[in-house]
Amino acid sequence: MATRHSQGLARLAVAPSVIILFLWMIVPLVMTIYFSFLRYNLLNPDIGGWAGFSNYYYFITDDSFPGAVLNTLLLVASVIAVSVIGGLGLALLMDQPFWGRGFVRLLVISPFFIMPTVSALVWKNLLMNPIYGLFAYLQELVGLTPLDWFAKVPLLSVAIIASWQWLPFAALIILTALQSLDEEQKDASAMDGARFFSYFRYIMLPHLARPITVVILIETIFLLNIFAEIYVTSVGGLAGNLTYLVYFQGLLNFDIGEASAGGLIAVVLANLVSIFLVRVIGRNLEI
Amino acid sequence: MTLVAWTIGILMFWPILWTFLTSFKTEQDAVLMSQLFSTGWTFENFGIVQERSDYLRFAMNSVIIAFGSTLLCLLFAIPAAWSMAFSPSKRTKDTLLWMLSTKMMPPVGALLPIYLIFKEYRLIDQHIPVLIIMFMLNLPLVVWMLFTYFKEIPVDILEAARMDGAGIWQELSRVLAPMALPGIASTFLLNVILAWNEAFWTLKLTDVHAAPLTVFIASYSSPEGLFWAKLSAASTMAIAPILILGWFSQTQLVRGLTFGAVK
Repeated sequence: MATRHSQGLARLAVAPSVIILFLWMIVPLVMTIYFSFLRYNLLNPDIGGWAGFSNYYYFITDDSFPGAVLNTLLLVASVIAVSVIGGLGLALLMDQPFWGRGFVRLLVISPFFIMPTVSALVWKNLLMNPIYGLFAYLQELVGLTPLDWFAKVPLLSVAIIASWQWLPFAALIILTALQSLDEEQKDASAMDGARFFSYFRYIMLPHLARPITVVILIETIFLLNIFAEIYVTSVGGLAGNLTYLVYFQGLLNFDIGEASAGGLIAVVLANLVSIFLVRVIGRNLEI
Repeated sequence: MTLVAWTIGILMFWPILWTFLTSFKTEQDAVLMSQLFSTGWTFENFGIVQERSDYLRFAMNSVIIAFGSTLLCLLFAIPAAWSMAFSPSKRTKDTLLWMLSTKMMPPVGALLPIYLIFKEYRLIDQHIPVLIIMFMLNLPLVVWMLFTYFKEIPVDILEAARMDGAGIWQELSRVLAPMALPGIASTFLLNVILAWNEAFWTLKLTDVHAAPLTVFIASYSSPEGLFWAKLSAASTMAIAPILILGWFSQTQLVRGLTFGAVK
């Protein structure tokens, strides 16, 4: 019985959150748009005034811009490829009955809970250090020259770290979806190879299409904004993405105008993705 | 099958396990692969890290920011999610999806104004302002998670309670609260984890006084002779509390991070 009174009360309960989120979204965005059209450099307070589109022009024609865009896209694409394919494999494996399954699940999901600054430094030093790192040790063991990961393949190194963090996320979501399928379907592990393949192709994959879409979209949004891994491993100059470039122009070069223009380019890019994500989630939402 | 699964599990966990082991080694042993299970176990790294970088203060800041912002989120989100779940209107769906879209705004879109405001009003490196940023950052997620949990509470049970003559207070305390609490607890846990690990705004807006553990670890980013054991000890101390919380919350993780799209 939703009376007018209770409807009013309901609106009152939602209002504070809506107002706060509205302010949080709109105020900085409007300010960023405004800054992006100004000559605004903290190092030159005397220079001011209207800049038109020149901040956009300078940001886009900056030598680092094409590289930053390429790095952003490569990072997103490679980490998603690894985590979806690997996550599917891991989920299929974890869906089988074996001894200690719960414990192995804990081990696999753990990297997701590690703070990005820790993952980045542990990988950079303990694993990828060209002299003392574990990878160098293993490469020497099989007679290869140890690779100086962060100097030679900085983007790949960052992608490996990010994949390690996001693979568990994909695996866990796909596994959850698989388990809801298992309840409806009969035990897949009891089938022979050919029957399993057609089961996988015609029943499992269609069922997994939506969870995989959700994984791809959510990871895209987080990976577009990846920052800590690039920042603490000091590879911003070699493998910086758009987020890093905006940070660099704004907080290191103090060119607020140009950095704001870059920030808006990143917002537009992210919105292209989030429109799809909001649609996928909205389709599934029952009120 | 068992062997393959265990191998993969241990490989995935290896960097964490190794960090943990290294934190108990001497610096000389830490860089030697042959000393994987070194004999000279020591606790001294933890003491050195505490003395050198004041771990406890950063940990305290992490606790204040993560728990404080989450509590603030709950304070705002519980009434909102509650009313959207139990008395939805035509606009509820749009409101929820709009909230979600605010979460997708890239931080660089807001970085410069926020940074300048913080600078202008000397808010950088203060607890409350960072806590409020973290609150706004995670509010949409908390509303969403709570909404999906509250949605599962059967409304019929309320009518049954009313038929049995329960007053509004009894209705709330005896019937609704026990059914809502597990969802609130899971939401709380997941959001603490996310806030604990947030490493964009904390790196930019804090320095020393109010800086959480993400910043504490970042101070170990410049190599300096033999420092792996100390780095490992610092890392272990930064991740251990949240890793354990994470293990408890892993079943709720999926629902929380997919906004209810996968259960």
